[in-house]
Amino acid sequence: MSDASLNTNVQTQEAGFGDYFALLKPRVMSLVVFTAMVGLLAAPVAVHPMIAFASILFIAVGGGASGALNMWWDADIDAVMKRTQSRPIPSGKVTRDEAFAIGITLSVFACIMLGLAANLFAGALLAFTIFFYVVIYTMWLKRWTPQNIVIGGAAGAFPPMIGWAVATGGVSVESILMFTLTFMWTPPHFWALCLFMKSDYKDAGVPMLHVTHGRRVTRNHILVYTLLLAVVAVGMAFTGVGGPIYLTTALVLNGLFIAGAISIWRRDEEVAEADGYKREKSFFGLSLLYLFLHFGAILAEATLAPYGLGGW
Amino acid sequence: MAIHVEHELHKRRLGRNVGLALVLVFFIAIVFGLTVVKVTRGDYEPENSVIQN
Repeated sequence: MSDASLNTNVQTQEAGFGDYFALLKPRVMSLVVFTAMVGLLAAPVAVHPMIAFASILFIAVGGGASGALNMWWDADIDAVMKRTQSRPIPSGKVTRDEAFAIGITLSVFACIMLGLAANLFAGALLAFTIFFYVVIYTMWLKRWTPQNIVIGGAAGAFPPMIGWAVATGGVSVESILMFTLTFMWTPPHFWALCLFMKSDYKDAGVPMLHVTHGRRVTRNHILVYTLLLAVVAVGMAFTGVGGPIYLTTALVLNGLFIAGAISIWRRDEEVAEADGYKREKSFFGLSLLYLFLHFGAILAEATLAPYGLGGW
Repeated sequence: MAIHVEHELHKRRLGRNVGLALVLVFFIAIVFGLTVVKVTRGDYEPENSVIQN
């Protein structure tokens, strides 16, 4: 052994570009990009393609920055949960300080750039979204109340409103309804995941509904929120962003979603465990498709409208 | 243990630096594009009254 020996352990821990990119939660960012894009394109005001592209990019960066700040604050939880153990901070590739610096810098950068590229209201709404996700959800609600995902879900619901604000400079009934769609979708989507993630949240001490009130109550909640979601989703068909394509999509998907929720509600833990949470997993998979196709239908209505095919 | 010039560590650092460089070049292109669009469509032209005065 000599002083000149290399510390190979330190070398393998040094982050690559991809590790820093992973801090931005690329999968969540893709949902943010898609819903913000739909909000922007569904708005009744045309936006120059360059401004639209830059705005969506800055919204994505803002969303990613809030993800980095979430990882900075929740590093202790992420290290305990199997689902998050491979994230850059718990795996030792990126330090908490680095994540904080990247998160804060990109947050400020994204809000200012969106304000300059589009309008100040859109920039301010992005700033509020980041604040809501990081401070209200991550720092306050997540470790405090089983309603964390219900209220915190608002953070993920803002992007279509920001997209709409990029085009119009404000808020309208349609943009609030797009917000409500994602807001009401988040609880059943997340609770279905919780049901088959077993003890992950319990081990981390996060008071998710199934940890504090049990799995029976969680199953009941999934059904109630799915029914409320269906009312919002189908009702949106009769607003300015709806039309026959959206209505057909909403009727089919909500029928399937309600059937899935009823099936989850009728099961108990023994039955679910026996088939490896098959219904819960398929409901979760359907929930991803559900949101994508609803926003896809809104996009289709907006795209076809100039040809006299979309909308009522 | 010999220290090689091209260690895996160096490759990772190079990747990080190239990645950052590409992000910065992309950002410059975005700002340039935005500037061209905003200037050509007259976002920053003074009001008529200002020109007349």
